[in-house]
Amino acid sequence: MSTLHACLLLSSALFCVGLITALSRSNTILVLLGIELMLNAANLNFIAFWRFNPSAAPAAPATGIVFVLFAIAVAAAEAAVGLALVIAIYRHQKNIRLQDATRLKG
Amino acid sequence: MSGAVILHVAANVSEWTSRHHSLTFAAAPETSWLERAPLLARDALTGLLPESLRWFANSLIGIGVILGAFGLLFAYLTLAERKILGRIQNRPGPNRTGWFGLLQPFADAVKALTKEDIVPHAADHVLHFLAPVVLVALSLMGFAVIPFGRELIAVELDAAVLYFFAAGAATELAVFMAGWASHNKYSLLAAMRALAQLISYELPLLLSFVPVVTLAGTLSTTQIVAAQAGWTAGFIPHWYVLTPWGLAGFLIFMVAALAESNRSPFDLPEAESELIAGHLTEYSGFKYALFFMAEYFGMCALSAMAVTLFLGGWQAPCAFLEWIPSYAWFAIKLLTLLLGFIWIRATLPRLRMDQLTRLAWKFLVPLALINLGNAAFWSLTASWTGPLQLARWAIALLVVIGPFVVLGRTLSTGVGPRTYRYAT
Amino acid sequence: MNLTLAIISVLILGSAAVAVSLRNLIHSALLLIASWAGVAVFYLWAGAEFVAFAQLLVYVGAISMIVLFAVLLTRHSRSELTVAAPALSRAIAAILAGGAVFCVLASAVLKTDFAARPAAAVPPTITVRELGTQLMLSHSAAVLVVGVLLTVALLGAIVLAASDDSKKGDAP
Repeated sequence: MSTLHACLLLSSALFCVGLITALSRSNTILVLLGIELMLNAANLNFIAFWRFNPSAAPAAPATGIVFVLFAIAVAAAEAAVGLALVIAIYRHQKNIRLQDATRLKG
Repeated sequence: MSGAVILHVAANVSEWTSRHHSLTFAAAPETSWLERAPLLARDALTGLLPESLRWFANSLIGIGVILGAFGLLFAYLTLAERKILGRIQNRPGPNRTGWFGLLQPFADAVKALTKEDIVPHAADHVLHFLAPVVLVALSLMGFAVIPFGRELIAVELDAAVLYFFAAGAATELAVFMAGWASHNKYSLLAAMRALAQLISYELPLLLSFVPVVTLAGTLSTTQIVAAQAGWTAGFIPHWYVLTPWGLAGFLIFMVAALAESNRSPFDLPEAESELIAGHLTEYSGFKYALFFMAEYFGMCALSAMAVTLFLGGWQAPCAFLEWIPSYAWFAIKLLTLLLGFIWIRATLPRLRMDQLTRLAWKFLVPLALINLGNAAFWSLTASWTGPLQLARWAIALLVVIGPFVVLGRTLSTGVGPRTYRYAT
Repeated sequence: MNLTLAIISVLILGSAAVAVSLRNLIHSALLLIASWAGVAVFYLWAGAEFVAFAQLLVYVGAISMIVLFAVLLTRHSRSELTVAAPALSRAIAAILAGGAVFCVLASAVLKTDFAARPAAAVPPTITVRELGTQLMLSHSAAVLVVGVLLTVALLGAIVLAASDDSKKGDAP
């Protein structure tokens, strides 16, 4: 089991922790935090492959880094919009339990 | 007209001096013993150790020197502030403890250490303890990438400037922890206000140094200092502050640094008349001193970064003053900026929260963005010589002064002719 | 397996696992921020310094603020910060699902035989200058699109979270 395997196992474990959070909690903010954990796990994966690249000479040495930078930017945008939605939902139904947000029309 | 003549003469002289090598002295400044004294001292100390431990010992010595030097600077900066504030307000300041009050910082330290440490019963004890510790730690981490002298930098990073501002951004978390852990409605409210201020001013802070990075072509602090090397005609340095976009950037950076370190006139979060002490209300004794220390460390770190980015770092302003060692020049520039901070505190009244945020979002951010365009223009027209140089300077200065006046007037009194109302 | 990697893994997974099981929402958020900082340490260990500082700046410096503000703005009173633990059946179902996904991923990872990098001892280094050149030349379209995306997201978040004129915002 090489170091690359260990890194990939770490990112899989983090992904699954995020998945369990998103599935089991009913507080919307915790669900969003779980999604952020999953995004971080994917970024870990990219950096692990960038660092321990199995192929001999990659054509573009910075692709992993560039991908992770864009992923961080998109995750930030998504977190902002998601939490703004949480605030809007709270204003409407006075709590942030996901089970209560079942209707399209308020 | 005379300005044009001076610029023309300067351009010719610089051309001449660059063709026939610049003035040199008997000992090149890089090798004079005064310049290399810190490195020689450090090597003498670590030479006693085996080779493998030497880098570790170097790091430890660097950390120790930074902590000691900036700790002492913090102590005497508090005294200098109180004395200077006092003199500006026509009173002497502390002069009872020791000669001219020179032992006052130690008296303050003893007071802070012996005060009773009161933690509210319902407060979150872990967070309440961690907040000042995290704040001081993050404020100190910024000093690692600042070049204090010719080869005096603690850690040489390729993305040094980004590291510095990442450490600064993480301090906001400690402010929140302080306000939340106190279990006090008003502390929380004040922490939210402090956070709003910190977030608002982070944008002008980050935008104001982007032109510097663009023109230096690197994020590494040592290379940014090296990009400002050289003199025109032997006495005009190539510091970025002496260019139009650099001056605008420097001023925006200084205003944003004042706000980021909660310094007057932006000290709403911690002023005594505002919600007692804001997010620091429930802190007493040494923890309060730690918050104070973190604020001053932040101030020193931001000033040191301003010196590095805009004022040419450790470089001398004239070629014939190079015999003064590089770390002494750094110290002189840093102390000048810090004294400027103290002067501003003594002079300007405090800004209200809405005035503060309005200044950041409606005034500084557009100016910083326009400055970015200005710097791009400057960089693209670097090949203009002769009379076109004048046009370049004129356009750049117009782009700095024009929006400043227009935005400033629009936001305050309007662009019409000023009307004055006198009490009658 | 390195000792450093083991310590980093314990930091990341430990804080994440504890963060998602705590009852106090603020403690959860703060431990998650510690987990994000651990991810930044991982990036530093792997030699990607720029990404590590970007992670710290964006996640620990900005997203943490958004999360904490959202937590504080969406509660009636201080007592509501404790979130209910999930029902046992739901928790078990989630753990089973997550465990199944982990087993699938782990078996896929362990079965693949990655030929080790010929010069694995020497980490790939990339200077900021090269990174900038790559971003602006090969990936310039993506940079522009991400810029537009961030602007749209920011405006959308402001519109969504802006308070109505009819009622005042809740006090913390």
